[in-house]
Amino acid sequence: MEKFITHVGTGVPLRRSNVDTDQIIPAVYLKRVTRSGFEDGLFAAWRNDPEFVLNQPQFKSATVLVAGADFGTGSSREHAVWALQNYGFKVVISSRFADIFRGNSLKGGLLTIILDQAEVEAMWEAIEADPATPITVNLEERTVSYGSKSLPFAIDDYTRWRLMEGLDDIGLTLKQTDFIDSFEKKRPAYKPATLPIRS
Amino acid sequence: MGKTLAEKIWAEHVVRQADGEPDLIYIDLHLIHEVTSPQAFDGLRLAGRPVRRPDLTIATEDHNVPTMNIDKPIADPVSKLQVDTLRANCAEFGVRIHSLGDKDQGVVHVVGPQLGITQPGMTIVCGDSHTSTHGAFGALAFGIGTSEVEHVLATQTLPLQRPKTMAINVEGSLKPGVTSKDIILAIIAKIGTGGGQGYVIEYRGSAIRALSMESRMTVCNMSIEAGARAGLIAPDQTTFDYIKGKPHAPEDFDAAVAYWKTLFTDSDAKFDVEVDLNADDLEPFVTWGTNPGQGLPLNAVVPNPADFADSEQRTAAERALVYMGLEAGTPLKKIAIDTVFLGSCTNGRIEDLRAAADILKGKKIASSLRMLVVPGSARVRLEAEAEGLDKVFLDAGAEWRNAGCSMCLGMNPDQLAVGERSASTSNRNFEGRQGKGGRTHLVSPLVAAATALRGTLSSPADL
Repeated sequence: MEKFITHVGTGVPLRRSNVDTDQIIPAVYLKRVTRSGFEDGLFAAWRNDPEFVLNQPQFKSATVLVAGADFGTGSSREHAVWALQNYGFKVVISSRFADIFRGNSLKGGLLTIILDQAEVEAMWEAIEADPATPITVNLEERTVSYGSKSLPFAIDDYTRWRLMEGLDDIGLTLKQTDFIDSFEKKRPAYKPATLPIRS
Repeated sequence: MGKTLAEKIWAEHVVRQADGEPDLIYIDLHLIHEVTSPQAFDGLRLAGRPVRRPDLTIATEDHNVPTMNIDKPIADPVSKLQVDTLRANCAEFGVRIHSLGDKDQGVVHVVGPQLGITQPGMTIVCGDSHTSTHGAFGALAFGIGTSEVEHVLATQTLPLQRPKTMAINVEGSLKPGVTSKDIILAIIAKIGTGGGQGYVIEYRGSAIRALSMESRMTVCNMSIEAGARAGLIAPDQTTFDYIKGKPHAPEDFDAAVAYWKTLFTDSDAKFDVEVDLNADDLEPFVTWGTNPGQGLPLNAVVPNPADFADSEQRTAAERALVYMGLEAGTPLKKIAIDTVFLGSCTNGRIEDLRAAADILKGKKIASSLRMLVVPGSARVRLEAEAEGLDKVFLDAGAEWRNAGCSMCLGMNPDQLAVGERSASTSNRNFEGRQGKGGRTHLVSPLVAAATALRGTLSSPADL
């Protein structure tokens, strides 16, 4: 995973709440068995509309998605994170994220940042007034800055460290194999197993 | 201070705890399907890692399998590749799989319980948000993404932040014609699609205890639609009786029951939040919008967006009415339906089919619509056929299909056309969920059956 320390890019205002993962990428686009190429399914239904914000030329090269509340609800599909990343997004900002989506994004290196709804709306206005407004995300300092504003955001120390080091969780957990081994020795015998098959 | 049920299960599964780090939690059961697993197996292969516990892992094909002509190769080459990839991965890594044509194939959340592999006190995960279904047994069960699927395959654990706890107390008794689907739709309408974010919900109260296991699964299934990753119900005699005799029920059943009986929230435990709902007042519920929180009793009218005080909700309602092609003030019962879908991990179990068949028996569905009946698993299908339910559905003019997720998410050929309107016993009414441009009203199996007969959204009382 690529290290995430700071990112500077322009934003795109997605003035919608409850953007569920079926909107981010509809189910028919989930059939690939690889992790790449999902950008063609990103917001597929909405992209048919020429007025849709991602179709507007001034937002073509944006890397920071600024969305309404409850972003990423619904299906657990990590393809939603891959679609956003494959398209070129590095950061998503919203006032509320669904739990599974947030977990998936932070595992995969797509930084999701929670700001107050009033700050999200202020950002929408600033970006709409000048789509070239540079937005700086500094994970080390936990700030989002644009224009004269510098806004702090919260992220737990562990996740921040993992993202800044670009570490994958599995490698970290495998260092704890002794703990897993000893836990398994104490597991009760009445816990079910899938093998051998009983019918 | 005592512990809540979720806290007890959590504490029993902590492999490692360290300051400033998430808890490492042991996973008792990992369910797998074709859509969210290929990239995870690929990751294992690249790193040269085995599946740590194939004996705690089970796979089935459900999300994009066809529900017709299942004896022939899958027609869509991309779907076929995904299913073939799952089969090859399971063979390579030694994972048990129930493929199309096998009697234990079906929607992953129907398969676990019917095999008796879902039991109280377990931690259960799957790359599917409706894993919360298994919480009905008093298990801590939640959906995960593909990175986490790979993590569980490799380590049988997950690093997790401890969730907060919410109690939803449902007291009273349901009127005839009102079901557990109406309970959960009413809860989501009350607390909103984000109301449960960061929480594990425990459903409590006399109305919950009175529910059958299958009805409890319907409630827990849709916890995610209220934003909660998991929802659970303390196990009781109903739970024990359901598991007894299932293929993977514990061999020493009494020892297991003795442990299961310790799985309840202590009387002095504190939930972070409590919500109350009166079951006596509930009516059959139906959604009118494009998120599961946009629901109302069936006797209501389509709401006027201007009546929403909150500007975000007002905008969402305006957008929803445009997408759904509905006028504010229209009685919900006047809405004409094109397709009725009976099935899914929410309402595709045998009790759901029996309830709908009871209403359809000896009658014909309206000529203006089609009805798809998709059993949740091949076992449910066989059971229904043994009871003659297939005949009831076919005689009524409905289609009797094979098991799978089908029209719940329209990944296989079972989809709505643009503008087509469904009454669906599934769990999500998102834009395009059941097919691009399709319009979904979420309902109970009873409302689905009554709607099929009348052609407009209806409850059995309207017949």
